[in-house]
Amino acid sequence: MVMEQLRTLLARRAFLGKASQGLGAAALAELVAPRLAGAAAGRGMLDPPPLPQKAKRVIWLTMAGGPSHLETFDHKPKLADMHGKPMPESLTKGQQLAQLQGKPLVCFGPQHPFQPMGPNGTEICGLFPHIGSVLGDICLIRSMTTDAINHDPAHMFMNTGSQIAGRPSMGSWVTYGLGSDAADLPGFVVLTSLGKGGQDQPIAARQWSSGFLPSRYQGVQLRSKGDPVLYLTNPKGVSRDRQAADIRAINLLNAQHDALTGDPEIATRIAQYEMAFAMQASVPELIDTQGESGRTLELYGCQPGDGSFASNCLLARRLAERGVRFIQLYHKDWDHHGGVKEGVRLKALEIDRACMALLTDLKQRGMLDETLVVWAGEFGRTPMSQGGDGRDHHNKAMSVWLAGAGVKRGLVHGATDDLGYQVVEKACTVHDLHATMLHQLGIRHDAFSVKFQGLDAKLTGVEGARVITEVLA
Amino acid sequence: MDTLAKSPRTMSRPAQTVGAACLSFLFGMVSCPAADAPLQFNRDIRPILSDNCFACHGPDGSNRQADLRLDVREAAIDAGAIAPGKPAASTLVERIRSTDPDAVMPPPHAHKALTDRQKQLLSRWIEEGAAYQKHWAYEPPVKADVPLGTHAIDHLVRLRLTHAGLSPAAEADRRTLIRRLSFDLTGLPPTPEEVDAFVNDPSADAYGTLVERLLASPHYGERMAIGWLDVVRFADTIGYHSDIPRNIWPYRDWVIRAFNENIPFDRFTVEQLAGDLLPEANQEARVASAFNRLLLTTEEGGAQPKDYEARMFTDRVRAVGAVWLGQTTGCSQCHDHKFDPFTMRDFYSLAAFFADIDERPIGRREDGMVLAAPDDLKKLADLDAALAAAKQKLDAVLPQFKAAQRQWERDVVTYDITLPELKPDAEFGDAEKKTASQVAEVLKKQDADRDGGERNAVQTYFRKRVSPELFRAEFAAVAKAEQDRNGFSNNLPKCLVTVKKATPSVVRILPRGNWMDESGEVVKPAFPSYLPAPAIEGREPNRLDLARWLVSRDNPLTARVVMNRLWKQFFGTGLSRVLDDLGAQGEPPANPELLDWLACEFMDSRWDMKHMIRTIVSSQTYRQSSVATPAALAADPRNRLLARQSAWRADAEIVRDHALAVSGLLVRTVGGPSVKPYQPDGYWENLNFPKRAYPTDVGDKQYRRGLYTWWQRSFLHPSLLAFDAPSREECCAERTRSNIPQQALALLNDPTYVEASRCFAARIMKECAGSPEERIAWAFRQAVQRLPRVEETETLMPLHRDQLAAYKAEPAAAEALLKTGFAPIPNGLDRAELAAWTHVARVLLNLHETITRN
Repeated sequence: MVMEQLRTLLARRAFLGKASQGLGAAALAELVAPRLAGAAAGRGMLDPPPLPQKAKRVIWLTMAGGPSHLETFDHKPKLADMHGKPMPESLTKGQQLAQLQGKPLVCFGPQHPFQPMGPNGTEICGLFPHIGSVLGDICLIRSMTTDAINHDPAHMFMNTGSQIAGRPSMGSWVTYGLGSDAADLPGFVVLTSLGKGGQDQPIAARQWSSGFLPSRYQGVQLRSKGDPVLYLTNPKGVSRDRQAADIRAINLLNAQHDALTGDPEIATRIAQYEMAFAMQASVPELIDTQGESGRTLELYGCQPGDGSFASNCLLARRLAERGVRFIQLYHKDWDHHGGVKEGVRLKALEIDRACMALLTDLKQRGMLDETLVVWAGEFGRTPMSQGGDGRDHHNKAMSVWLAGAGVKRGLVHGATDDLGYQVVEKACTVHDLHATMLHQLGIRHDAFSVKFQGLDAKLTGVEGARVITEVLA
Repeated sequence: MDTLAKSPRTMSRPAQTVGAACLSFLFGMVSCPAADAPLQFNRDIRPILSDNCFACHGPDGSNRQADLRLDVREAAIDAGAIAPGKPAASTLVERIRSTDPDAVMPPPHAHKALTDRQKQLLSRWIEEGAAYQKHWAYEPPVKADVPLGTHAIDHLVRLRLTHAGLSPAAEADRRTLIRRLSFDLTGLPPTPEEVDAFVNDPSADAYGTLVERLLASPHYGERMAIGWLDVVRFADTIGYHSDIPRNIWPYRDWVIRAFNENIPFDRFTVEQLAGDLLPEANQEARVASAFNRLLLTTEEGGAQPKDYEARMFTDRVRAVGAVWLGQTTGCSQCHDHKFDPFTMRDFYSLAAFFADIDERPIGRREDGMVLAAPDDLKKLADLDAALAAAKQKLDAVLPQFKAAQRQWERDVVTYDITLPELKPDAEFGDAEKKTASQVAEVLKKQDADRDGGERNAVQTYFRKRVSPELFRAEFAAVAKAEQDRNGFSNNLPKCLVTVKKATPSVVRILPRGNWMDESGEVVKPAFPSYLPAPAIEGREPNRLDLARWLVSRDNPLTARVVMNRLWKQFFGTGLSRVLDDLGAQGEPPANPELLDWLACEFMDSRWDMKHMIRTIVSSQTYRQSSVATPAALAADPRNRLLARQSAWRADAEIVRDHALAVSGLLVRTVGGPSVKPYQPDGYWENLNFPKRAYPTDVGDKQYRRGLYTWWQRSFLHPSLLAFDAPSREECCAERTRSNIPQQALALLNDPTYVEASRCFAARIMKECAGSPEERIAWAFRQAVQRLPRVEETETLMPLHRDQLAAYKAEPAAAEALLKTGFAPIPNGLDRAELAAWTHVARVLLNLHETITRN
């Protein structure tokens, strides 16, 4: 590779230069070693992780906008019976509401029939037959709750465990803790896709920010249009050879300067240019799905490069294969204040097959056992009608599901009341979900902290969380 | 050592003498108390107790375990935890040494473990009598005596160096010094001519002259603004959800001006927090008060006003903590602080100071105050008058118009007339048909049943579609006057400012921070109970009092906090490393006397920022070389004792400024609306409500300094983000300083840097007529202000040669490369040569040394 000459030079400098002169080698090592290790992804702060590691990586499918649990995975026949009747005030009095604040609260029955699916005949919405076909691999949690009721803070809460900006996202925490096995790709990759319904809620980059953790743990967005990674492509007229020549010169000059100044950042800088150059090859290779078999493309139901959620699921598998630690997909357009019936139908068309394909593909390749797949929005939706054909944001109940990596297969965990308003069995919090995820990754959530503003800041917050052991095999 | 003895001849105002009892405090390094000197609670013990014990046995009464608190000596003694002089009789010692998991402290579930050394220190401290100290940062700073003729900073640094057996590094060479000063004071590189002039200046005060020149530069204020804008979280957009723009940039310009004019820091503070309340509040002071409007706001549908009102209060209290007090006040939103004496009552009482600010909790921000020069104001008044006159004329005929409209409406209803647009064979656009059908629906209602929008719709329809000639002139005159007025006023700058409302909001203590719980006590504005408060009689203290208190001589925190941040700008690390927390969980300063001296001097100088900077950069400590000797590196790897200067990668904005300056592209205009340099297509695709295009600026606006870049909180410009510029959603006292591949990608491939490279290349070719070697030397001097070493020239020569050959063989590639960016390709230069030099220039702009201040 182009860097051979440089490595030699660096090695020679390290050996003949600093070491032979007896230059505070220990102090230097203290400063240089961890940075270099981090620069090449590699090891995390928890090496090895303190608990048995069931999940090597996470694929988190964020259904942005707040999917209605009542039209997806939470079967509420009683709500159908109550359709058009006033919501019992005993449930709603004094509770937090979003756009329905101060409006009449009327029950709104599920808009699509549910059907028994999977080995246990679990009732899920008929719009999701493909997910139904792999329900035996899924653990469905119908008792998830969250603190936030508006999109932006709710996403922050789901991603960082806090509603205040500036905290690291879970992908950053995980790569900080465990590093990454991907030598020439970022350890935390984010992909977004749009839905056809036009309810595309904005998503801020803070959702994958590394917050107070070092920037190298931030999520890197893999884009379906333009440069797949920002600034990845060479300027026009600059071939890969020309780029290589420039980087070789940059690194040689930097190494020459390092020999004189002993600035430990220079070695890191050199490693970063190597990494950048490597990414310029590895990312295009990664996103080029032309080489996938016809059968695979058919399984996902996508065309290479179409930017769909299905394409992103396929890319997620490819990222997983390459050792990326945390892969987060956002699929937008779940914000069905109006037209929830048609809206969820469209979403189902976009995600149902792709989710099944991802689980099936991972399983076929023997990767599902070591990959934790999570499907979750940022909140649920009200059993009450909004505007006669929609549902408002709701934080007292939502459905999420997990698969793979030591999660119980075919289980349904927790339940809401008859109207799907409130969790009545085995309530889980977002912090519990994070704790469970970390547990499967081999991390003790209550001992995994970083000092920030005087506090041992944790992904799972200060109020405590519990691993949802019931969903673990 | 004898320099410590009290000297009658002191350079500064006599303050309390540093007595012998303080010796060990003075000489001890942060982490290493001398074996024979008594331990110091603040330095040696408090950090251990705070981090390991206070969460359950500290200031937070509601969560205290076993009714034991260790932050108060008497309480710890009464509880038997500490028996002064008798470690064996102290349950604290017994518990921390216990091997029983049910008894050991800290308990296993806390995931805290004391090291053996920490256990020994606690025992030894009890043995020595378990003396407590008030937390250092809450005591008034004490100004150490400094012998006449010595520089206070050097004196106080060297006391510690001597003790550690280190000596200061040699002074850096003049080229390094001018480069360092330029980065630190203006954020712009010196030209080779400026370097030569300084290097060859024989005068005794060459250095001082240079410092004064840089302090007087209009770019000094820009440099200083960067850090301030971070800590106050200045940004062009609202932050939450739709993250839409708001009018705020004049505040940024005010900050730049304030630094340039060296407005005393106390005044600077008062105008920002309470400029609107000053009796003499002028336009400037009111723009300064935009500080209170910098927080995050939302327009998200379904956001509840009370929820966001609570968020705003907490945001503002966190800001006061981060910007001035160096206290992590945010903790006390939900509970008394676990480590510091800051209570929930303190938190909400501080919030109450802001209860008079007129700001709607949710929804669109107002346009803000129009910033108008006197001429503008006159013109605006004229236009307002013209509009009023036109409206008056219209009002005179409106009854007739309305009568005609009513008649038409009656006809439509009576004769069941189908509006022309709605006839089956009508040839109208969809929009027209839609409007007509809406009007037709409204017409079915009685006038009393129509809402404002519906009445407007009917009137507009009648006026435009039914009787366009009726009073056409009167309507047109109003429209024209409105257009004139709004056109003019829309083009005047506007800025959100603080406006006081008549009735302040009610502020309650929110139990667990829960905004839906209204059971908490109502609180009035009050100063934090653990800090000295001003005597205000017969009235409630207000925001102005808060501002004045923050910068009063009695406040032990503000001057320290500000000087600690300033220190970082010139040495890379604060004297106390944690810039936003001078509380128990922060770090005791590496050199407390120095921080205190700076704080006192800052106040003594009447908060004169330029004086403090002059003082810092004139020290030998600042002027040292940053190259670490092996001994210094081994003894003090993190350079806390300052036996050398430090090197660090420049801030994001300055990385950009440097490249633009070297390439000759930089437009040095100071101030103005934020600008939009090249940004990758689709970078804003995840923004919505509304969807947004990114209108890339052309002309001068493309080449402005980095700090003028449009600050989109949810998607900050990716090139700035790569170099750790913060999103400014929260106050940011300290940027991280990372070294990541995205930086390499940005410097290599961002069109800004590619264009800078080719323009730099054009300069190389045009301004240096020599051989390739000479041109490389010339270019090196531009980029890093020094000549290349032989091996450096030898590295770049073949690069130039090979690229030249390659581009000669492939002219289209040269053409493509040279078309990057808007700047024209200069005439008369060989394209292949220019492309080849572009590569050389690109390499130089990518060097670690180029983007490093050393």
